[in-house]
Amino acid sequence: MKRLGPLAGWILPAAILVIWEFLSRIGFIPENVLPAPSAVAAAFWRVLVSGELAQNISVSFWRASMGFLIGGSIGFLFGLANGLSRFSETLTDTTLQMVRNVPHLALIPLVILWFGIDESAKLFLVALGVFFPIYINTLHGIRTVDPQLVEMGRTYGMNNWDLFRRVILPGALPSIFVGLRFGLGIMWLTLIVAETISASSGIGYMAMQAREFMMTDVVVLSIIIYALLGKLADAVARLLERYTLAWNPAFQSR
Amino acid sequence: MFADAMTFIETATRRPPRELTTGTAVPFEVLTEVAPTRGQGSALSIRGLVKTFDQEPVIKGLDLDIPAGQFVAVVGKSGCGKSTLLRLILGLETPTSGSIEGVGATGGTARFIFQEPRLLPWATVADNVAVGLGRSGSRTSRRKAALKALSEVGLDGRGDAWPAVLSGGQRQRVALARALVSHPRLLALDEPLGALDALTRISMQGLVERVWQDQGFTAILVTHDVSEAIALADRVLLIDNGRIALDLAVDLPRPRRRGTPAFAALEKTVLDTLFGFEGGEAI
Ligand SMILES: Nc1ncnc2c1ncn2[C@@H]1O[C@H](COP(=O)(O)OP(=O)(O)O)[C@@H](O)[C@H]1O
Ligand SMILES: [Mg+2]
Repeated sequence: MKRLGPLAGWILPAAILVIWEFLSRIGFIPENVLPAPSAVAAAFWRVLVSGELAQNISVSFWRASMGFLIGGSIGFLFGLANGLSRFSETLTDTTLQMVRNVPHLALIPLVILWFGIDESAKLFLVALGVFFPIYINTLHGIRTVDPQLVEMGRTYGMNNWDLFRRVILPGALPSIFVGLRFGLGIMWLTLIVAETISASSGIGYMAMQAREFMMTDVVVLSIIIYALLGKLADAVARLLERYTLAWNPAFQSR
Repeated sequence: MFADAMTFIETATRRPPRELTTGTAVPFEVLTEVAPTRGQGSALSIRGLVKTFDQEPVIKGLDLDIPAGQFVAVVGKSGCGKSTLLRLILGLETPTSGSIEGVGATGGTARFIFQEPRLLPWATVADNVAVGLGRSGSRTSRRKAALKALSEVGLDGRGDAWPAVLSGGQRQRVALARALVSHPRLLALDEPLGALDALTRISMQGLVERVWQDQGFTAILVTHDVSEAIALADRVLLIDNGRIALDLAVDLPRPRRRGTPAFAALEKTVLDTLFGFEGGEAI
C-alpha cells in the first residue's frame, strides 16, 4: 500500500467506474437511469467535436466569474469600509445582516420578473450569493487583526495607508480567503440553479436540453463538468492562499 | 543560550567604563546617514505630570529629570501606572495636566519595546526590522541597515526567516533590532523580558546593556524584577500611588555581579520600600 503513494486514493474511484461500467453492460443499470461511463465519455467527445461544449462552458464560466467579480468586490469593499469605520458599520451593517437572512435563491421568481431570463438575472443572483460570505469574512478578518500590532505600527510612525497595507490587510487575509472559498462554492451552486431554471445557454441549459430528449449521458456529463469546474476554482483559491500566506506555519512545508 | 550569556559577560568586561557626558545635539537625519556606533541620548524633564482615566488618577503629580544617556529602571506594583508613564513619555497618551519636555523637542526618535515582540508574522525578519526605519531610504539601504541591526543583536543570517520559526528570545531580539535600527535617542522598554525563561533573560539583559553602552541612548526600563533593575540601571525609580516613592542611584561598576554585598544591599532597599507599603505583604 505504501508503495502506491499518492495513487492509493484513486483505487476506489477507479474500481467504482469499472463496476459501474460492468453493471451497465450486463443491463443491470438501465441506460435511461444512468448511462455507462463509456457512454458519458462518448457524449463528451460528441459535444466536444460539435463545439457545443466549449460554447456552453465559456458562457457558464463568464457568468460565474462576472457574478463573482461583481458580488465579491462589492462584498469586499463593504467589508473593508465597515471593518475600518464605525460610522459606515452603524450605517449599513444592520441592513446587510437583514438582507442576509433572505436565501438568495428564494429571490429567483422575483429576479425573473425583474430581469426576465436575461444574463443580468444570473449575474445578479451569483453576485448576491457571493456578496455575503466575502463581506462577512472580510469584516471579521479586519476586526480580528491583532490590536497590539496596530499599536506597534502607530508607534513606529505608520500612516493610515501604511498601516492598512502592511498590518491590517495581511492580518485579515486568512479570513478573507475563507470567505473567498465559501463564495466560490456559492457561485457554482447559484449558477447551477439559475441555469437549470431559466437559461438559453450554459452547462445547466445543456443538461436541461438533454433531459428533454432523454439523453442521460449528456446530463451526467454536465454534472461532472460542474463538479470539475468547482474543483478547479477551489484549487486556484488554494494555490493563491498558499502563495500569499507562505508566512503562516499552517501553510509551510507543503 | 548559556554560552550566549557567557560571551556577553566576556565582551562586557572588556568594555571601558561608560561615561555619562553630554555632547552637542546631532539631528536624527545626520545620525541615520552616517550610522554612528554611538549617538546621543535625549534628556527628559517632567513637571507636575497628572494622568486620569475616567476620573481615576493614575499618575498624581510627578516630577522627574532624566539626564541624556541615563539608564533608568522603573519598578512598582502591578497597576501602579508604570506603563502609563512610559506611554505618556512616548506620546502614546496625552497628559491630563503637566508637561513632558525632551523627547519631541530634541528632534530625535523615541522607540518603544513592548512585553511581546509584536512582529508582523507576514514579513520576514529583515522586513520587520526595516519597519523601524519608517519610510526613509531605498530598498537596498533599508535592507542593509536592517541586516546590520540584526547582527548587532546576534541574529546574523536570519534576515530572510519568518518570525514564526524563531524562538521567543530571538523574536524579542528582532524587536530590539527594529527599535535600534533608527538609532533612537530614547528607548522605552515595558517589561520586555518578562515572558522569557531565566537563561534567555540573562543573556538578553546583557544584550540590552551592551547596545545601550554602544549607542548611548537614554533608556527607561519598566521591570518587575528588582535584581534586573539593579543589574542594568544607573538609577532605580519606585512608583507608588502615582508618585515616585524612591529614587535610588546605583553606583556599582559595570558589568555588575549579582550577589555582591553592595548589590544585595541595594536590592534590599528597593524591596523594603516596596514591602513597606503593604505592611509586609508580597507585591
Ligand atoms: N487606556 C486606559 N483606560 C482606562 N484605564 C487605564 C488605561 N490604561 C491604564 N489604565 C489603568 O491605569 C492603571 C495603571 O495601569 P498601567 O500603567 O498599565 O500599570 P502597570 O504598567 O504599572 O502595571 C490601571 O489601574 C489601569 O487599569
Ligand atoms: Mg504595565
